Amino acid sequence: MNDIWILGINMTKFGKHIDRDVVDLASEAVMAALDDGGVTMADMGVLAAGNLMGSGGIGQQIQKQVGQTGIPVYNVSNACATGATALRTAIMSIKAGESDMGLAVGVEKLAGVGLLGGGGRAKKDGNEWEPQGRFGAVTSTDGRIGTDTMPGVFAQVGMEYGHKYGGADFELFAKISEKNHAHSTLNPLAAYSKRFTLEEIMGDMMIAYPNTRPMCSANCDGAAAAVVVSGEKLKTLSLEQQRRAVKVSASVLTSDPWQEACQVLPDVNTLTRNAARTAYEQAGIGPDDLDLVELHDCFATAELVHYDNLGLCEEGGAVDFFNSGAPWRDGSLPVNVSGGLQSKGHPISATGIANIWEVCHHLRGEAGDRQIEGAKVGLAHVIGLGSACGVHILEKSAA
Amino acid sequence: MGTFAPMADTTTPSRVPLVEYLVLDDDEPHLIANECTNCGARFFDRRNACASCFHTDFHQVKISTRGQLRTFTIVAFAAPGVEVPFVSGVIDCDGTSVRGNLRNVEPDADHVHTGMELQLTTYSLGTDDHGTEAIGFAFEPA
Repeated sequence: MNDIWILGINMTKFGKHIDRDVVDLASEAVMAALDDGGVTMADMGVLAAGNLMGSGGIGQQIQKQVGQTGIPVYNVSNACATGATALRTAIMSIKAGESDMGLAVGVEKLAGVGLLGGGGRAKKDGNEWEPQGRFGAVTSTDGRIGTDTMPGVFAQVGMEYGHKYGGADFELFAKISEKNHAHSTLNPLAAYSKRFTLEEIMGDMMIAYPNTRPMCSANCDGAAAAVVVSGEKLKTLSLEQQRRAVKVSASVLTSDPWQEACQVLPDVNTLTRNAARTAYEQAGIGPDDLDLVELHDCFATAELVHYDNLGLCEEGGAVDFFNSGAPWRDGSLPVNVSGGLQSKGHPISATGIANIWEVCHHLRGEAGDRQIEGAKVGLAHVIGLGSACGVHILEKSAA
Repeated sequence: MGTFAPMADTTTPSRVPLVEYLVLDDDEPHLIANECTNCGARFFDRRNACASCFHTDFHQVKISTRGQLRTFTIVAFAAPGVEVPFVSGVIDCDGTSVRGNLRNVEPDADHVHTGMELQLTTYSLGTDDHGTEAIGFAFEPA
């Protein structure tokens, strides 16, 4: 069987990169990931590249900056799971035996973009009610039939969990955000690394109740890239490369299976539960074996439901799990020690590789001030609406 | 709701619904869905095949005008042109989940809570140059 390893990986500083475009950022991450793995473009058999907001064909644009070798390029697009999808594409190429080493990269420029998801069709100036689209709507439905905005959608996701199991109120969600912002102070690559008090978080500008501004993911610029290699090929590389390589024990991508309510509120739960279950089976481990988790906290309200979806607690037990202190960096199962998307930032297509970079950093024992001591196994999770979910389980090298 | 005077020009409808799945019948407006005749899954838009069981036969069903609020958010920051604040929610209408705004309730967490009983209501979105009035729907405390 083809086992898969991360050989080299890198993320750029997340934040505002005013004087650099997506190709610059992606190329920086790619060249640093190659360097980290001790390999060059000549070793790569496949390139998978993700970018949502750019002009398309990002993979070939990157090749022009880092090396055009004629290898197959897959440009992928899968909402917030785009980075994980790029990584998985490179992994599938190796598993299929088409290549023994591959490169995945995700990049986004989002600084200053503002609210995502809202708006829809503008009301016409011509002033005629004319039915259009799949619902025959005579004007934009955003704000008239619920909300299309991401903070609003994910607020409802968290509030639904609270309705079902109880205990989740505004303060609880704000405390989750307090944790991630506190964690971010140790991450020099985070877009924001300022600690907030609970009062500051709850008193900040309300975006969509119960999510205030610091409880929302930070739009920013950034890139992340990874070099993956087959186990067989890795054996031919140096001992130092083998020692730093991180095993990909599970790589899973799911979409949302039909559920009764999914046409009116995206169901982010079922596909995450399915991905987690499959990933634990693939890796032959359970949630109890994890030393750290980077999960998709696009909003504070989302983090709560994913404690449950990833099996970090008993079903319905996410509030108790959080209140126990477990997901703090000194707790029993640290979650989002990078600061998460709320403070590290969320350059969409980079996110699904950046979270793997974070986990690899700890498994290699290279995370500096924020090192989770003795970390051997970690999980990285992303979800994009539509929906797509990526879960990767990573293990420290035994070499 | 008030009554609506019919237009003199009978070729032009006097009222149009915001969306096709809102039926403005006389004095009992309601929502409709396409229901899969095989598995009962319901859809507010057209489907080539059922997303749940892949069968291709559908019939129209009326959705209950009463429901319970299963989740909500109060949107304070939205795209330009969208009035804020407003309450967006998912309403469980006798087993069918419906997305909609809440009206006739203060848009704050002291007045809106999951589990509250709601009923369908309609309201005017204004009149176009041809004299046609668009009618939207929302839910209000029952």
